Amino acid sequence: MAVEPKLHAVMAEFATPQELIDAVAAARAHGYRQIDAFTPFPIEGLAETLGFTGTRLPLIIFLGGLFGGVGGFWMQYWCAAINYPVNIGGRPLNSWPSFIPVTFELTILSAALVAVLGMLALNRLPMPYHPVFNVPSFALASRDRFFLLIETGDPLFDAESTRTFLNELHPRQVVDVPE
Amino acid sequence: MIEQGAKSETRADTAIPAPVGQGYTFGSVSDKISALVLTGRTPRGWWLGFLFSFLWLMILLYAIGYLVLEGVGIWGINIPVAWGFAITNFVWWIGIGHAGTLISAILLLLHQQWRTSINRFAEAMTLFAVACAGLFPLLHLGRPWFFYWLFPYPNTMKIWPQFRSPLIWDVFAVSTYMTVSLMFWYVGLIPDVATLRDRARSRLAQITYGILALGWRGSAYHWHRYEVAYLILAGLATPLVVSVHTVVSFDFAVANLPGWHSTVFPPYFVAGAIFSGFAMVLTIAIPLRAVYHLEDFISDWHLENMAKIMLATGLLVAYGYFIEAFMAWYGGNRFEQYVQLNRMFGPYAVWYWLLIGCNVLAPQLLWVKRFRRNTTLLLIVALIVLVGMWLERFVIIITSLHRDFLPSSWGMYSPTIWDWATLIGSVGLFLSLLFLFVRLLPIISMFEMRTLVSETQVHEHTARNLGEE
Repeated sequence: MAVEPKLHAVMAEFATPQELIDAVAAARAHGYRQIDAFTPFPIEGLAETLGFTGTRLPLIIFLGGLFGGVGGFWMQYWCAAINYPVNIGGRPLNSWPSFIPVTFELTILSAALVAVLGMLALNRLPMPYHPVFNVPSFALASRDRFFLLIETGDPLFDAESTRTFLNELHPRQVVDVPE
Repeated sequence: MIEQGAKSETRADTAIPAPVGQGYTFGSVSDKISALVLTGRTPRGWWLGFLFSFLWLMILLYAIGYLVLEGVGIWGINIPVAWGFAITNFVWWIGIGHAGTLISAILLLLHQQWRTSINRFAEAMTLFAVACAGLFPLLHLGRPWFFYWLFPYPNTMKIWPQFRSPLIWDVFAVSTYMTVSLMFWYVGLIPDVATLRDRARSRLAQITYGILALGWRGSAYHWHRYEVAYLILAGLATPLVVSVHTVVSFDFAVANLPGWHSTVFPPYFVAGAIFSGFAMVLTIAIPLRAVYHLEDFISDWHLENMAKIMLATGLLVAYGYFIEAFMAWYGGNRFEQYVQLNRMFGPYAVWYWLLIGCNVLAPQLLWVKRFRRNTTLLLIVALIVLVGMWLERFVIIITSLHRDFLPSSWGMYSPTIWDWATLIGSVGLFLSLLFLFVRLLPIISMFEMRTLVSETQVHEHTARNLGEE
């Protein structure tokens, strides 16, 4: 045992999305909590079945947009009315209607940047190394296979009984995921 | 546009062909699309096409080199016609880009599943078109190496850009558009690049795609946030794309020049942008699907949908031309009237009537279903529309500038060989980037195709169950 690498998780491989959805529900019902599922395309409701309670991403993006809008307007106001006021054809220094297009563009830019970077950050990406990639058949997770993973950190985890539990779900195979 | 979408939606419930050809599985769609990229053999047609585009790109390089050496005097621009080809090309290219965003964002929000076959390369087209567009105002600056003066950064001159000017709005609109389009495209690519990483055989491909995939592993948690982010990005890109061409039209409409100073410009420019953009998508899609045998993914039905959008936006553009002429007469402004008559019967009348022929008459063929289903004819109409939309911008810019209020300041404009070289060269840049994209990245979104296959299977399953009852 000592020479074997430390175990990260045990993983079961399924051929169809429905089998995976059923397996995830069974694992949750059995009491497993530190579980994850890997699919080649988004499956509606799967994250919720895993126990995902929702993401703060929309709120973060909204704040990003708000920052871009307020900051964008303030930048123009500061440049045109405070730092370097120039009288152009008698127009008011704070000619706010003319500032709207740039304010709008910066709102969108800031919100979009926050959307992409926020999504990656919350997903802890980029992550070049992850134990699941040690499993050779995991290469098919981006093609046509569906995986359920139960981590060793789960309170109910026990190498033997977890393997047995997964085998009862009739997967194509059950494999160990080394650290 | 929305009406168009709604129509094909109802058809989707009755008798439409599935968005994916029959008999595809998750595995086979992934294999077929990724094989185009991962194959070691490069088709001879690709080399020929790329070589041709690359030669044109070299023309651009030469033209820019000479421009930097000599200055904008090598172009035909003068006073009064200071904008010339550079701004014509800018507006033309940026308009072409708009169809990509429309397909990827607006049709996504409208649940138009047929977009999945075309969104990836349409987004790439957007990106490359915006890159070409961005070149022209920069080259037109005269000293392009000082382009960063356009941005508000603390500088030794202690001055700021003029935020009341539409030209500065343009800087923000176009650079935001470029950034958001790039992010939208890249986010869509991440899961597909992960597929390429997992399927690549060569070490170099594994490492390159591996870096680009950012370690994507398809976790359900990740997909959830991914879809939230993607949908919100689509929601952000939708008003953005409308705003970009609106701001471009402000370059004209905010000026006091007869023929430019018009409130119809923003909607009419946006419609024109989508019109030319769909023409470009068709121009790319038709040869692409023939060369790579993608009829199962890009069916005649997809092309027909695009042809319908082209017809609809073409009619909006035709309305724009009509209302321009009508308002010139109805508004009773002598200068406006003169510009309109000068457009139709003045020294540039040939260009005007060519534009009407290309943009108003040619698309009328698309009323007939048989013509919409004829790919050769569709390709020809699309090319005509592309030329027509270029002519439209040329006519708007040149005819308004060359004769304004004072006859003493009138002039004529004629392009030089360097104007043509820069235009042709930008086409070379666009095509070169497109050829590289087709060879190096998946031209159809694989993960969205797998989603469609999954839904098709569910549909077939339900249909079978209903049959058994």
